[in-house]
Amino acid sequence: MDAMAEIRQTFFQECDEQLAELEMGLLAIDDGDRDPETVNAVFRAVHSIKGGAGAFGLDDLVSFAHVFETALDHLRAGRLAPAPELLKTMLRAADALADLVSAARDESGVEPSRIAALAAELRALDPARPAGEGVADEDDSFAFSPVPMDESMFDDLDPDAAARETEFAIRFRPHRDLYAKANETALLLRELAGLGEMSVTCDRSGLPLLSELDPEGGYLTWIISLRTGAGEGAIRDVFEFVDGDCDLDIAASGEGLGRGGDDLAFNDEDSRGDLDIAALIGQMQASVEAELARVAETQTAPARPDGEPRLDLAAKPDHAKPEQGGASIRVDLDRVDRLINLVGELVINQAMLAQQVPEAGLSRANGVATGLSELEQLTREIQDSVMAIRAQPVKSVFQRMPRLVREVAALTGKSVRLVTEGEHTEVDKTVIERIADPLTHMIRNAIDHGLERPEARVAAGKPEEGVVRLLALHRSGRIVIEVSDDGAGIDRARVKALAAGKGLIAADAPLSDEEVDNLIFLPGFSTASTVSDISGRGVGMDVVRRSIQALGGRISIQSRPGQGSTFILSLPLTLAVLDGMVVTAGGQTLVVPLTAIIETLQPKIADVHGFGGGARVIAIREEFTPLIDVGRELGYRDDDADAVAGVSILVESESGARFALLVDAILGQRQVVIKSLEANYQHVPGIAAATILGDGRVALILDVDVVVASSRADVQSLDHLLATAG
Amino acid sequence: MTAEHVNQGRRKTDPQRARELIAFRIGAQEFCVDIMSVPEIRGWTPATALPQSPSFVRGVVNLRGAVLPIVDLSARLGFSPTDPTARHVIIVAQIGNQSVGLLVDAVSDILSVTDNLLQPTPDVASEMAKIFVKGVIAIESRMISLIALDHVLPGAEREAA
Repeated sequence: MDAMAEIRQTFFQECDEQLAELEMGLLAIDDGDRDPETVNAVFRAVHSIKGGAGAFGLDDLVSFAHVFETALDHLRAGRLAPAPELLKTMLRAADALADLVSAARDESGVEPSRIAALAAELRALDPARPAGEGVADEDDSFAFSPVPMDESMFDDLDPDAAARETEFAIRFRPHRDLYAKANETALLLRELAGLGEMSVTCDRSGLPLLSELDPEGGYLTWIISLRTGAGEGAIRDVFEFVDGDCDLDIAASGEGLGRGGDDLAFNDEDSRGDLDIAALIGQMQASVEAELARVAETQTAPARPDGEPRLDLAAKPDHAKPEQGGASIRVDLDRVDRLINLVGELVINQAMLAQQVPEAGLSRANGVATGLSELEQLTREIQDSVMAIRAQPVKSVFQRMPRLVREVAALTGKSVRLVTEGEHTEVDKTVIERIADPLTHMIRNAIDHGLERPEARVAAGKPEEGVVRLLALHRSGRIVIEVSDDGAGIDRARVKALAAGKGLIAADAPLSDEEVDNLIFLPGFSTASTVSDISGRGVGMDVVRRSIQALGGRISIQSRPGQGSTFILSLPLTLAVLDGMVVTAGGQTLVVPLTAIIETLQPKIADVHGFGGGARVIAIREEFTPLIDVGRELGYRDDDADAVAGVSILVESESGARFALLVDAILGQRQVVIKSLEANYQHVPGIAAATILGDGRVALILDVDVVVASSRADVQSLDHLLATAG
Repeated sequence: MTAEHVNQGRRKTDPQRARELIAFRIGAQEFCVDIMSVPEIRGWTPATALPQSPSFVRGVVNLRGAVLPIVDLSARLGFSPTDPTARHVIIVAQIGNQSVGLLVDAVSDILSVTDNLLQPTPDVASEMAKIFVKGVIAIESRMISLIALDHVLPGAEREAA
């Protein structure tokens, strides 16, 4: 990747972080957070995006961010009250900004009219702007450049307001703390420029030698002369946020045109503006960057052949606030995956060695054996630590949900509050990426189908605002994610009628409440009587269920009439390893994923029945379940194995139907490292992946659903039996 | 493999344009592949059979943590399937970005030959010859067929068809 593309990528990564911060901040303000730091954080986020976008020439993004920033500035300065209506607009603006960012990233377009409408709405917020004034004259062409000050900042000048003006001489010396609190002098000065005609000079006499310069210190003094109709109070207002973090002297030099305050000692030569501020700041940036580069150099590992890993020291003066997570590095994912592979091999090798100890005639008390068991512990620890590198908090997915909730709530006309918990719960990055879609779908469902209409809620004695709760937690080596609503719960009579109407069940099938609830996972089932825009185009919970199962997870429902429904996802923490049952079938060792297994049992001769065409069924607690001979199904042998000599494993397929897999023997349960078959070969039907067992042999991991489906295709006569078994 | 053969092979070639080939035996016939596509040679270890695979795919083995498919080259070329013993050899070959193990009877030689020694495949019109043999090399009184690896795996065969 060339350097520019890499920087661009970093910019978009940072944009995502800023957008998240923006949204979080706005939501916090909406919830009544009045901490000025929150408003500042929101402002900073938009400002940083604008800055970066300017550097990449993303004009649409810059101009919208600018308008947004201006509106936020009014909020920050207290000229706008944080009313719910205002925050709604701002949240929509945040969504639009996010769209613009993704459009810029994918080089696609965003509907310009929507952005323009929002921009107009934001401009209309300006308390200083008389109603009815056109919006076209705003300086949309505002361009951000790395120089913090340029003429365009002072374009807001109103030439007509010259009537009765006072000339003020202002001396403004920011302290280190001002910068540390992420304020920026350029913004203050720009705001000041909005008050009238202004000229600014920089007094750099306080600058120490470069060797003594603290890169984060405050050394510059700004000498401002301002002609304005507004009073001193208005000027003080501008600096309200930095009060105490700077020296501020304001002196009115009377009516008239005289420059400079007599009572302020500033150098008239300098005040002519001949000082090249841009060059000076450029100089300082260069020296700061050189210093940072040196720091980065000494902290990075000696070999950086292609510069991929970078210390996340990225000089972000806007983020002087200490990050609570401590130092972090960005590392190429391939490197982490390679490490994970190597550790996987280490674990296998260690297991092979351990197996050979007794074979070599050494006793358990032997030094080699005890050394090996210590090695085993160490390798397990290394494996856990390496897996932890790929783990990320689910926050990144949860963060997308507030916007979704807003949109769906607006579409359905329902009032919804989203509550999230446990967003710092960590899980493998791939799992996070792949649960986003199912979660989106489930939250849509919860709002669209789960929550009642506001009138119905009020009639049921509930608050008008519905609550959707999103929760993540770790439970026994897995991550559990719950999506719950406080709606009406599943209408079981209706679900049953619908399922019967679609021929999914017999109309008079005796089903427990739990079984009825699980009907919504059947393919082709959709509870909405009309297909709505929001949830369901005939694809429904069955797709959610399948994608969760593809991740080695399970999904279940708890629903109570009148009180709401909870969907519970249970997912593995990583996709690199899998809990499996090691079995033999047809002389081969196979691994059956534990997630598919319900129970194992020893078939009795009386329970196994032939069922036409060579098919067999087994009676498990009075229920006839198809018996699938795994060895024969995979072609390891031609004849059916003796059912009584083997063990049967009761599994549940993705459609919820139960099958009994007949295997020769169960060798045990263990965690296996998943290896791809496709890497060097190709996909094999019935096989999900491969793994390497302790003896160094490759064992295949069974794809239960495919084996079941292919046995189904083999034996057509079983079809109606399967329908009732389901 | 004998040193004599290697030396004879080298003496006959133009050192400037030489390429090195690994020669191996399947039954009574000799074949060779380009040494550049062979990262390693290892002894036979029992393979895990793959379901629903062509008969010439013996299964998969563990190659330092990677899953390596084993192709019985004898069966692949249309001869009788090999009954592998510990004396049989697996030539690990790189085909594109995949690694494949080729099960052969024994490795016989490393040849250094120039292109002018490579003769077109004799027009015996056998299916096997057309698909797998790029040409033949005559050294001493031996005839060694140069194998094109591209079509060894079943997937590649389908694409070629």
